[in-house]
Amino acid sequence: MNLIEELENEQIAALGKTVPAFAAGDTVRVAVKVTEGNRERIQNYEGVCIARSGKGLNESFTVRKISFGEGVERVFPVFSPLVDSITVVRRGKVRRAKLYYLRGRRGKSARITEKTDRRGKKEASSE
Amino acid sequence: MRTGLIAKKVGMTRVYREDGEHVPVTVMLVEGCQVVGQRTVEKHGYAALQLGAGAKKVKRTTKAERGYFAQAGVEPKQKLVEFRVAEGNFVDVGAEISPAHFLEGQKVDVTGVTIGKGFAGGMKRWNFGGLRASHGVSISHRSHGSTGQCQDPGKVFKGKKMAGQMGARRRTTQNIEVVRVDEGRGFILLKGAVPGPKQGWVMIRDAIKRPIPENAPLPAKILDRSVSAGSIDSPTPASADAEMVAEVAPITDQQEKGAE
Repeated sequence: MNLIEELENEQIAALGKTVPAFAAGDTVRVAVKVTEGNRERIQNYEGVCIARSGKGLNESFTVRKISFGEGVERVFPVFSPLVDSITVVRRGKVRRAKLYYLRGRRGKSARITEKTDRRGKKEASSE
Repeated sequence: MRTGLIAKKVGMTRVYREDGEHVPVTVMLVEGCQVVGQRTVEKHGYAALQLGAGAKKVKRTTKAERGYFAQAGVEPKQKLVEFRVAEGNFVDVGAEISPAHFLEGQKVDVTGVTIGKGFAGGMKRWNFGGLRASHGVSISHRSHGSTGQCQDPGKVFKGKKMAGQMGARRRTTQNIEVVRVDEGRGFILLKGAVPGPKQGWVMIRDAIKRPIPENAPLPAKILDRSVSAGSIDSPTPASADAEMVAEVAPITDQQEKGAE
């Protein structure tokens, strides 16, 4: 197992990504690299992180948003080179690690209250 | 035909390519893969190299095996495998094959013993649909159903898919891409899955359905312990030495043949 851990840690170091601390319930903005023909541009995808799964190099997270009245979910690997940056827009207060219950909800019942503990405030003020 | 090598399956992970694509890879460890014997046409009727890999305690080696390994001048090995080679591609006994024997981007065939699933029913072994959950079906929800016709032919055809032992069989997966080779740490990354459990022995050969790459080391890439132990990041002197050895190898082999 050691060799695999070694390889994964090496890759994480080589990719050189700084991933902010975020968890399920947080609203995140993911800057995704999109290639159109030869041109590469960055597209933002903003929504609620409803799950994080896996660990280390293999970690991924699911972002859900309502786009034109339709629920859309995208899964991003945390360390993917296609993910340019991740910004935490809002910290949510939730009691579950996976917010799959949001899939069956709409509007008022799908709200997540903002986390207002000290750490949340401090991070908000620093930004 | 070049020799292959014996590797140990370590497990799977992923590798990100520069364009952002991620490739699932299997990590294969090549450790102490040495030539233990030669099978020559003159003596045995066919040309092959016997390779061994993995350290084995002397205590657990039989006297006969001890004698055999002593004759070859090689530490006792856990796994012994013969690889058929062309007659010009013999490698000296005792030479250690390097993982750089295979080139990045090359296609290889990988042979291993698949994970054993025991005695499995038709649903698991052959993806049969089973019987209905209700509508009068009793006790036999996962059974295979009919196995044939009537009085004519009056028998079950040979090869009928039925329940039985699943897995634990020697299987070869062809045309697996070599993603990366690390000679210093002795591993090969192969794209996708490879037959066998973790810690299982696996044989890697050049793909038989593809031409061998032009710059592939012939007869084999031999690991030079003195170089690789000192400085890992110096592939050039190691390869130069290997070529020297490669030129020498067939000659010594012929000498041995002559002596026999």
